[in-house]
Amino acid sequence: MSLYLPIAEIALSIPLLLLLGGVIGLLSGMFGVGGGFLLTPLLIFLGVPAPVAVGTGANQVVASSVSGVLAHWRRGNVDVMMAGVLVAGGLVGAGFGVWLFALLRRVGQVDLVISLSYVLLLGTLGAMMLAEGIRAYRRLRSAPGRLTKLHTHYLVHRLPLKMRFRKSRLYISALLPLGLGLVIGIMTAIMGVGGGFLLVPAMIYLIGMPTVTTVGTSLLQISIVGSAVTFLQATSNQTVDIVLAVILILGGVVGAQIGALFAGKLRGDQIRIMLGLIVLAVGIAVAVDLVLPPADLYILTPVAG
Amino acid sequence: MRRTWSLLLAVFVACAAQPAAAQLEADLSSHLISITSNFTGTELLLFGAADGPGDIVVVVQGPRETLTVRRKQRVAGVWLNGRAVSFSDVPAYYAVASSRPLAQTVPTTTRAQYRMGGEFLAFSVAAGTQNIAGAELAAFREALVRNKRSASLYFEAEGSVTFVGERLFRTNIVIPSTAPDGTYNVNIYLIRNQRVIDQKTTPLSINKAGLERAVHDMAHQQPAAYGVIAIAIAIVAGWGAGVVFRRRG
Repeated sequence: MSLYLPIAEIALSIPLLLLLGGVIGLLSGMFGVGGGFLLTPLLIFLGVPAPVAVGTGANQVVASSVSGVLAHWRRGNVDVMMAGVLVAGGLVGAGFGVWLFALLRRVGQVDLVISLSYVLLLGTLGAMMLAEGIRAYRRLRSAPGRLTKLHTHYLVHRLPLKMRFRKSRLYISALLPLGLGLVIGIMTAIMGVGGGFLLVPAMIYLIGMPTVTTVGTSLLQISIVGSAVTFLQATSNQTVDIVLAVILILGGVVGAQIGALFAGKLRGDQIRIMLGLIVLAVGIAVAVDLVLPPADLYILTPVAG
Repeated sequence: MRRTWSLLLAVFVACAAQPAAAQLEADLSSHLISITSNFTGTELLLFGAADGPGDIVVVVQGPRETLTVRRKQRVAGVWLNGRAVSFSDVPAYYAVASSRPLAQTVPTTTRAQYRMGGEFLAFSVAAGTQNIAGAELAAFREALVRNKRSASLYFEAEGSVTFVGERLFRTNIVIPSTAPDGTYNVNIYLIRNQRVIDQKTTPLSINKAGLERAVHDMAHQQPAAYGVIAIAIAIVAGWGAGVVFRRRG
């Protein structure tokens, strides 16, 4: 059963799109990532033009992350204050990112920069999370019943402008989440992803937040940034396909709820191992694509206007 | 020798263009294709009659677009975009159908004149592309046609025009779901003794209709409202699913 999509200008199978949305939603609810890093390349693979894939992906991410935020909110796992500071940094970063994107476009290497940042970020993050998750898993197995530390103290705790984040049981400098939000904002503009796959590990390892609150908090930040990106894409490029988004969302919201249920049953180390594996796999796929000889040495790109 | 030949040919063609009794009649099964939500591509029937034996060549060209062709090159083991050439006046869709292989039907000069075959399409190099000519330009041109062919937007169906008896002919024109909307031109040529002796042009319009049109128009005419609606749908859907699941849980 196929449906013609008015903005993407292509007919795609409805069950396939529902399934795709469901899988992305499942990831979103389980790990607190928007799933954009997986959705965007998959949509392009199905034949959706890249700008439409990025714009519509942002729209779908809003739905699945809102759904996820609510599920986590009921469990009391959202740190609103932390999300607020992250968003403040994120908006500044997005503005800078848009400017940087235009600069890269003039130089003509924006594709390469996107691919390389995917490989670099996903590769290192995936490996880090996987290694850390396995270490935590081993610790837990060797010393059953022993409590692990809520968070560790690093050098960054000596920075000024300290704020108390009650939900996360942290008393740290606001500069840290602000800076993190800034970096994520730049990435959102350049890579067209919500940045959850970077945000979650950064919150755990840099800020020292407990894994339980990172997922809900990250989802809140992503839903706000995703809304901003959707609006910008719709107004400046007309690349948001509502029909495509609605189908992905239908699959996605259901997937997100199931994911949140799973997340409650899994331990932090298990979540990290699984997310690490997925992130690493996507990173490797992008890297392979960069190195393998292309099927055709020449590619076509439409010129707007 | 070659020049004289083509000059002679031009004279013949000019003579053929003089008003004469209609030797060719042709029409399409439909001149308007509406793209609605269940559009997955379509096939049109083109039929007609000639006043005697001859060959038929049908050339369909879609709306014009500007495209950039990029060549990938390997730098330090990584494939990245190198040289880029932009072409304008590129038909978004292009199809040729003929009653016999084109090479046996008409000489190359005629094929070039009437754009009979992907290799005879004339694209112009768009402004901003510098210092490119000869073999390199030809390689980019060929790459464009090759990519369009593999996307099923360009195709040559030689021998697909079939005759019923000596005068009636028919062929199917395939429109894939990826064909863009706009005005298409269908040219039908009657060929006798290697010369085009009559031609007919009939338009074809592909338009979005119904919901597809409403969504597309709103996205372009009221982008801010469209963006707000897109976000609202997403938030309501996410919230709605949350409520449904809480009741169940």
